[in-house]
Amino acid sequence: MQFIRLLSALVLMLGIFHHTVEAHAQTVDEATLRPLVQALAGDNFDDTTKAISDLVRTGDTRVSALLNALGAGDLYVSKADKSVFLGKREGTDYVATDPVTGAKLAPVPRSAAEKIKVNNRLRREIAAAIGGLTLMSENAGERRSAAEAILKTRDPESIPLLDQAIAAEKDPGIKALMSQAKAAAILNSDVPDAEKIAAITEVSAGNGRDALGLLTPLEGAEGPVGEAARSAISSINSELAVWNAVQNIVYGLSLGSVLLLAAIGLAITFGVMGVINMAHGEMVMIGAYTTFVVQQVIRATAPGIFDYSLLIALPAAFLVSGGVGVLIERSVIRFLYGRPLETLLATWGISLVLQQAIRSWFGASNVQVGNPSWMAGSFELGLLTLTWSRLWIIVFALSVFAILQLVLKKTMLGLRMRAVTQNRRMASSMGIRTPWVDALTFGLGSGIAGIAGVALSQIDNVSPNLGQGYIIDSFMVVVFGGVGNLWGTLVGAMSLGIANKFLEPFAGAVLGKILVLVLIILFIQKRPRGLFALKGRAIEA
Amino acid sequence: MFNLPARFIGTLAAAAMGASLAMSPASAADDTIKVGILHSLSGTMAISETTLKDTMLFLIDEQNKKGGVLGKKLEAVVVDPASDWPLFAEKARQLIEQDKVAAVFGCWTSSSRKSVLPVFEELNSLLFYPVQYEGEESSRNVFYTGAAPNQQAIPAVDYLAKEEGVERWVLAGTDYVYPQTTNKILKAYLNAKGVKDEDIMINYTPFGHSDWQTIVSDIKKFGSAGKKTAVVSTINGDANVPFYKELANQGIKAEDIPVVAFSVGEEELAGLDTKPLVGHLAAWNYFQSVDADVNADFIKEWHAYIKNDKRVTNDPMEATYIGFNMWVKAVEAAGTTDSGAVIDSIVGVSVPNLSGGSSTMMPNHHITKPVLIGEVQDDGQFDIVYQTPGLVVGDEWSDYLPGSKDLISDWRKPMACGNFNIASGKCGGVTN
Repeated sequence: MQFIRLLSALVLMLGIFHHTVEAHAQTVDEATLRPLVQALAGDNFDDTTKAISDLVRTGDTRVSALLNALGAGDLYVSKADKSVFLGKREGTDYVATDPVTGAKLAPVPRSAAEKIKVNNRLRREIAAAIGGLTLMSENAGERRSAAEAILKTRDPESIPLLDQAIAAEKDPGIKALMSQAKAAAILNSDVPDAEKIAAITEVSAGNGRDALGLLTPLEGAEGPVGEAARSAISSINSELAVWNAVQNIVYGLSLGSVLLLAAIGLAITFGVMGVINMAHGEMVMIGAYTTFVVQQVIRATAPGIFDYSLLIALPAAFLVSGGVGVLIERSVIRFLYGRPLETLLATWGISLVLQQAIRSWFGASNVQVGNPSWMAGSFELGLLTLTWSRLWIIVFALSVFAILQLVLKKTMLGLRMRAVTQNRRMASSMGIRTPWVDALTFGLGSGIAGIAGVALSQIDNVSPNLGQGYIIDSFMVVVFGGVGNLWGTLVGAMSLGIANKFLEPFAGAVLGKILVLVLIILFIQKRPRGLFALKGRAIEA
Repeated sequence: MFNLPARFIGTLAAAAMGASLAMSPASAADDTIKVGILHSLSGTMAISETTLKDTMLFLIDEQNKKGGVLGKKLEAVVVDPASDWPLFAEKARQLIEQDKVAAVFGCWTSSSRKSVLPVFEELNSLLFYPVQYEGEESSRNVFYTGAAPNQQAIPAVDYLAKEEGVERWVLAGTDYVYPQTTNKILKAYLNAKGVKDEDIMINYTPFGHSDWQTIVSDIKKFGSAGKKTAVVSTINGDANVPFYKELANQGIKAEDIPVVAFSVGEEELAGLDTKPLVGHLAAWNYFQSVDADVNADFIKEWHAYIKNDKRVTNDPMEATYIGFNMWVKAVEAAGTTDSGAVIDSIVGVSVPNLSGGSSTMMPNHHITKPVLIGEVQDDGQFDIVYQTPGLVVGDEWSDYLPGSKDLISDWRKPMACGNFNIASGKCGGVTN
């Protein structure tokens, strides 16, 4: 640690030096620079680290680009004469450039060169070194990452440099980040207590979790600094406790929306039609594989619209899964109405057939479904990290729910579905072709499972086993929520999700799941028809 | 995958397909030597095990091109235990008793190995087991060509402590025997190195866990105590994909909190967008990116055999390769495929491994291997950042667990004991 600190100190001092003389665009001659670059290809990471600091010490303007190339893994060393070059892969060769002069060299075959190895530690060193060089950069993004790098290294030697940078900084966001970095560096130094206490106040005003990381080492300190740190920590902790509860609710809703997506199709086939469909999970899986196929086609034909691939996959998955559902209903299930045990076994068999079919077709390994750019990454809300993919899935699940309600309540098909499931013989006497309504209802349930598969392909892995992981949970949600009631499925999914997330931190993921299952069993003992039981004649069928 | 319905599915699958998939030809030609392949081709483990079945067929094919063994051609007998642990035992018995195979190559999960172990001991046959496992076992009839914990987990932890300066550890695993035993060993090892209990967080999740929000946010919290933190992951199979996705989405980079995994290899990365994973680590005894002529040749022949040059190679494939070649060499040395003779002749047999050196079968039925640490690259391959200077001998009874510290295993005569207690000077007898 001492060594790293010393090194960053050097880096930063040189950074100052570098910037104060930048007007002269200091350049050392090639003969000085070449052996230093050559030293980057050391035998171990310690040698490379030393070479980096030596390079930075030259203050040469080419160093920053050179270190970036090293970090990106673009620096190679030739096996024959051990010379270092900047390489770019092209076919079986590297297009080589001289790292010092920038002159073009003869291409090097890939087998004749070795990449200069970079590990996480080196990458951090490089970031810190570049940070010192770019704190006064013209580019706002570079200044921001420079401040972030110092926030991580917390190097006391950087304080004067930061003062200089803060004074010159115009962007309030970056300025705040720099002050944070400065406060962090102060806490890591041996300045008088008064300054440290001011720094503690500064730090605890920032992001609570980062502040905790900075303050915890001071917790045991003597005197006023320790006191200030302890009181700051306890106030951050109580703030974090509140955010933790919020986090549990949000994560619970997110888990609940995944459960809702998986279960909502089943709420139709099992809940409304009364078919115990063990192949439901495979409908989800087929939807996910449809997404994969759609993405493959898009990648091959129109890579520009990749970000919209999910929107295209949605109707496709609905049609494919729905089609398979109709096929299953027409060929197997319609012969088994009213015989739940046989239906269970037959659909189980179908699920195995579908799994093995997908396995033979696409292979047993996972297939890669890409995330469109708008689904990747996260954003901060207070002390909460929310990922975009999870947020979109909550929105998506709720919209699917709303659309399904509309279809059931406001369309002719929905009316017929409800009529048939409530009183089949009466509906039949009114002229409704009940077998077709059955097929369409089953197709609708399966199609919804298919679009659930599109969403789940974004957070889970797409393999032939995808569906198995969801089938038990789906039945749990439908039974808990009340068979035959969509609102029950919604409330059931969300409450199971939240219950799971509140239990998980205390009981762990495994025990948490068991506890939820036990709670459901107890609940079903008390209310056999679930949360929202359907009343009237509907259930007798 | 261990809940009741999955088991039931497995049983149904077995009933439905087991018989038809057992592709064993009934006629036993006397001029061939039969080799059993016991890997799941359906069910949850098919994702990993199918490749090993192909690897075995490839190796047998290559060996037959060289003239077979003892002047006879090898004949593969493939059965499908369908990821169903009890079925593994049935299929193993069928291979040995009905098909009269000379040796069996197979199993992936520890549960399946534990299931077949009594069968191999009762019928005195040979099993070559090619997957990294938790140790704490040594059988006269089993040859462990995958890594024991000291050939994977402990060097990885040493690397993180030395090269990355890690002081706080998250041991995250799937809730079953391999992660639990490995974590027990690692915790004892870290404690022995002076890491306090409050700096170790142990977390278990169910099989196929897909909702990692809480755990990843806990890891983030644990990592914000001002000390360098790393995750040691024994998370199994499918659960890895959503775990890494969640890490990337919550903005945890390898430079902040690196994850070193023991169950993530080239095959697992093939189903992943690896860009967010760059820099995370894996510890194995082989990577496809190993720079050795023997490896380049192996990959070339493998691609030619499987007729797909996108297929990757991985560590269990190398372990299968080593085990198969050791068996061939031992049979040739013994001049017979008789189990007893092969067990006597295989100890000390040394064959080339794919990382450019050679591996030797030790008296404890484990082998010597180098340990490699690799960082994930954006092309789904690993960049090797560290390699142990020499070979590491597989240690079946961990030196860091109180119950097994004093045990050693030596299957050479006259000791021939799998759990000899050096403190009491007695052989424990029952081997597992």
